[in-house]
Amino acid sequence: MQKIFLKLLAVLLVLNLTGCGYNTFQSLDEEAKASWSEVLNQYQRRADLVPNLVNVVKGYAAHEQEVLTEVSNARSKVGSIQVTPELLNDPEAFAKFQAAQGQMTSALSRLMAIAENYPNLKADQGFRDLQAQLEGTENRITVARNRYIETIKNYNVAVRSFPQNLTAMMFGYKAKPSFTVENEKEISVAPTVDFGDKK
Amino acid sequence: MLLFASCNLRAELVSIPVLKTHVTDLTQTLTAEQQSLLEAKLASFEQQKGSQIAVLIVPTTQPEVIEQYSIRVTDVWKLGREKPDDGLLLLVAKDDRKMRIEVGRGLEGAIPDLIAKRIINEIMQPHFKQGDFYGGIDNAIDRLIGLVSGEQLPAPDLPDTGTKSFENLLPLLLFGGLVLGGILRTIFGNFMGGALNGGAIGVLAWLLGGGVLAAILFGIVAFFLTLMGSASSGYGGGYGGGHSGGRSGGWSGGGGGSFGGGGASGDW
Repeated sequence: MQKIFLKLLAVLLVLNLTGCGYNTFQSLDEEAKASWSEVLNQYQRRADLVPNLVNVVKGYAAHEQEVLTEVSNARSKVGSIQVTPELLNDPEAFAKFQAAQGQMTSALSRLMAIAENYPNLKADQGFRDLQAQLEGTENRITVARNRYIETIKNYNVAVRSFPQNLTAMMFGYKAKPSFTVENEKEISVAPTVDFGDKK
Repeated sequence: MLLFASCNLRAELVSIPVLKTHVTDLTQTLTAEQQSLLEAKLASFEQQKGSQIAVLIVPTTQPEVIEQYSIRVTDVWKLGREKPDDGLLLLVAKDDRKMRIEVGRGLEGAIPDLIAKRIINEIMQPHFKQGDFYGGIDNAIDRLIGLVSGEQLPAPDLPDTGTKSFENLLPLLLFGGLVLGGILRTIFGNFMGGALNGGAIGVLAWLLGGGVLAAILFGIVAFFLTLMGSASSGYGGGYGGGHSGGRSGGWSGGGGGSFGGGGASGDW
C-alpha cells in the first residue's frame, strides 16, 4: 500500500518537473511581469520629465499654446489610466494604454520640433539637459518594449503549443497582448528624437 | 582575420565582433600603441574596481541606428559583473560620424544620461572634429573612470567564502547520499537504511559547515529519498542542478552585466 502511494508520488514529481510545463508558465509569467514593469517604469520616467520640459519651453515660447496644451493633455491622459498588473491580461485596456502613450510620444516630438525654432531655448542649459534626459528615456522605452515583445513571444508560444496548452487552459494562463505592428511603426517613426545637434 | 560572432537575427545587420580585449577597433583608426595604452588603462581599472569598460569602433551601424546596434552589442558582450551591472560601452561608428556611451544598469546613478551627453558633447565631439579619435576616446575614458571610481561597488574578485565552498559541494553531497542510500537500503532494509542514510548525510552537511538547520533538512531529505529509492529510480534527474562557476583569473570577456538602454548618443 505504502509502495503504491510512493510510486504515485514519484510519478507526479517527474511529471511536474518535465511533462506538462506548469513550471515553465510560472517562470515565463514572472518574466513577462518583470519586463512589463520595466516598460511602465520607463514610461513613468518620461511622464515625470514633462512638467519641467513644458515649463522651460514656456519660458521661451509661451505663445506656442497649442503644442504646450497638447503635451499637457497627453500627460494627464496617460496619468489617468489605472496601471494594474491585470492590464496585461486585458487586451482592450492594453490597447488604450498603448494609444495614450503613443499620443504622448507624438505630442512630445512635436514639442521638440518646435523648440528648433527658438535659438535661445536651444541654447538654454536646462533645456539641453532635459533634451538629453528625454532622449535617454525614449531609448530606454524602446529597449524595454523590445524586451517585453520578446518575453511575450516566448510566453505566448508556450501557452499555445501542445501539450502545454492543456495545462495553460487548466490553470487559466491566457496569451498576453503585445505591442502591435502598426503601433510599432508609428512609434519608431515619431520618437527618433533628433534634436539637431549638428552645427 | 577577424572573427565574427554569428548573428542570427537578420543577415543584413552589422555583425557583432567577438569580445577579446577591452579595445576593439575594426577601422584601424587607432595605432597599435594607442590601442595598447587604452587597453592597459582599462584592464588595470577593471582589476582595481571590478567595473568593465570597453571601446568599440566600427565603420558603420547601418541599417540600424547607433542605439539599436549598441544595445545588441551589450546584450551579447554582457560587460560588467552580473549583480552590480557595472559595465560601460563606448561605441564609435566612424563613417556614420556618430558615437554613443552605453551605460550599464548599475552605473546609471554614477553616469546619468545628461552626464554621458556632456562627455560626448564637451570631450569627444571637439576632439573628433579635429580627427583626434584617440584623444577624444582617451579623455572620455578618464572622465568615465573618474565617475565610476566615486561609486560604491563590490570589490573585484571576491575571495571564496565558507558558504560558497559548501554550495559547491552540494551536488556531491546529494549524489553521495544517493549511492550511500542504495547500499544501506540493501543491507538494513527500507526504513532503517533511510534513517541511517539521513543521519549520515545530516552529520556530513553539518561537518562541512552547512549550519545545523541545513544539516537537519538534508538529513530529512536524504531519508525520504532513500525510502523512495525503492519505489522509483526515475527521480535522479530532478536534482544536481549544479553551480555555475565564477570567472577564473585572466580576462574572459563580459561578466554578465545587463543594460537597459541608458546613456547618450551624439555626432560630430
